[in-house]
Amino acid sequence: MDHRTHRAAQRIEGRPAAPGIALGPLVRLSAVRHDVRQRRPAAEEHQALVDALTASQEGLSLLAREAGDAEAEAILAFQIALLEDDSLAAPAFAKIAEGEAAHRAWGAAIDPEIASYETAEDPYFRGRASDLRDLRDRVLRHLAGEADQVVPAGVILAADDMPPSTFLATDWREGGLVLRRGSPSSHVAILARSRGVPMIVGADIDRLDDGTDALLDGDAGLLIVDPDQDTRTDYCRRRTEQAEARAAMASFSGPVHTAAGEPVQVMINVTGLAELKTLDPGDVDGIGLMRTEFLFQGRAQLPTEEEQYRIYRSMLEWAGDKPVTIRTLDAGGDKPIAGLTRADDANPFLGIRGVRLSLRHLDVFVAQLRALARAAVAGNLKVMIPMVTVPEELDRCRVLFAQTCDQLRREGIEAKMPPLGMMVEVPAAALTIEDFNANFFSIGSNDLIQYVAAASRDEPELAELTRPSRAVFGLIGHVVKYANRAGREASLCGGMAGDPAQVAALLDQGLRTFSVAPGALGPVKAAIARYTGPAA
Amino acid sequence: MNKLRASVLMRHEVGLHARPSVKLTKLAKAFQSRIDLGLSPDGPWIDAKSIVKVMATKAPKDSTIYFRAEGGDAKAALDALVTLVDEDFPDGP
Repeated sequence: MDHRTHRAAQRIEGRPAAPGIALGPLVRLSAVRHDVRQRRPAAEEHQALVDALTASQEGLSLLAREAGDAEAEAILAFQIALLEDDSLAAPAFAKIAEGEAAHRAWGAAIDPEIASYETAEDPYFRGRASDLRDLRDRVLRHLAGEADQVVPAGVILAADDMPPSTFLATDWREGGLVLRRGSPSSHVAILARSRGVPMIVGADIDRLDDGTDALLDGDAGLLIVDPDQDTRTDYCRRRTEQAEARAAMASFSGPVHTAAGEPVQVMINVTGLAELKTLDPGDVDGIGLMRTEFLFQGRAQLPTEEEQYRIYRSMLEWAGDKPVTIRTLDAGGDKPIAGLTRADDANPFLGIRGVRLSLRHLDVFVAQLRALARAAVAGNLKVMIPMVTVPEELDRCRVLFAQTCDQLRREGIEAKMPPLGMMVEVPAAALTIEDFNANFFSIGSNDLIQYVAAASRDEPELAELTRPSRAVFGLIGHVVKYANRAGREASLCGGMAGDPAQVAALLDQGLRTFSVAPGALGPVKAAIARYTGPAA
Repeated sequence: MNKLRASVLMRHEVGLHARPSVKLTKLAKAFQSRIDLGLSPDGPWIDAKSIVKVMATKAPKDSTIYFRAEGGDAKAALDALVTLVDEDFPDGP
């Protein structure tokens, strides 16, 4: 018997985060562990750093040739120019000559540069710190003999965690993602569902070998390493079936009614223009949530008013006369933005995020309000404010918005104040919803659930607590019923809205506007069409 | 020592940021002359060919950039650099 070709399949269980099936080789993304290096004689250490710098430069040049978008090219050109500048590494070579190990010498040379950007007054310059950190780590990886983390397309990636910017920079194709940390409602998971990348979280990835064949089942939350031929055939068939089912679901287009004939609005959640390219505005009732934080993440500089204006206006033009609900920057929590959010926040989810951050960075906030007020002229724009806790926060935003419109008109620029609504995700706001001067309400169920349950959505072991509970449905019902009485719109744009299993319970609460990831449009509309009325 | 000098107002929206700095240092490196950059007519001066040092000035929008150059092609270098900044760092060929 030949045991080498009959390694037993290994099953690793996690939690489903984005549905679908991926088949391919495993690639581990590891954190930099440069301290395992041994120090060698100075001449060898010198050569090691020279080689690492050269290899890093070659790696970056290769990436730059394949970048394909101006933003990525600019970051890479900056990093390449830094490596070409001898004055960056000069202090490192001096330290090596004094007997320091190459990796520590390189850190000592570049860390003060990183620190000087981190403390810069201008947010654009503060944002550069992340480019330098990335450059530092790239060189350290080469020094430690680790390959560049250039991810081939169509693989199954395993990592401890992944920032959204890395996810966006990866060519997923038929690939998938396995994380040890993270949760189904993290931003990476939201992106994965929106782009159809199968993903699981909470998986033990310690004993995985690079290059091993694996099969990722995003529906069951399962990773099978070295699957046998039968399993493989079975999953290939299921993948084909799912693709066909998705195509059939997607054909569930146009307006939707419950089985009793009541109309229900189904809108989409988006992060940018890219997702709209493949969508027909006729299939949706509008954009229920545009998350603007993705315009701010993983880039060389914060987006200018002009750039934001062009993107917002393009969305309004895409939607025609249908509503486009744009949420102002919701940074903080699990969405850090270099140069804007605080890295030292002890508890980011209870810290300075959403409107709390915007009201502390008025330059950034007003630039966004100006872009929104200008875009409002072009279509049916609605603007909502995230993380509102007390009525005064929304009142301040309303005053700022009105002042911004006045200022634009004084400058001779056409501007319009759109309806201003709020996200309902803090329990204090949900409980006192009648106190808020909001034109509309949008319930953010992901944050609402974790704040109601006092359980982190990033803690895999607390998954049971972060399921929608009676307490959560009670708050949702309270908000929806008040909104219906007051003649204002209430929608739900969190993950619950996109889960066909929750649709009936939400309709029971009186909810008639859903906003879901584009991939969930078909299944959610199908669930609405099956709804016959409140359970007896 | 005979140093040529020039100055130009930078109107770039985000100041001497990554993209403009890359262009400026690349252009400076195309010349043989020693070229310094400062944010005041009296310095302090830094090497205009070093992106680490140019970026470290963190020059904001509406700064006046001062150059001084010394060498065979100093005049051509200053003309080219002033044009680059004055035209708001256009994309080269």
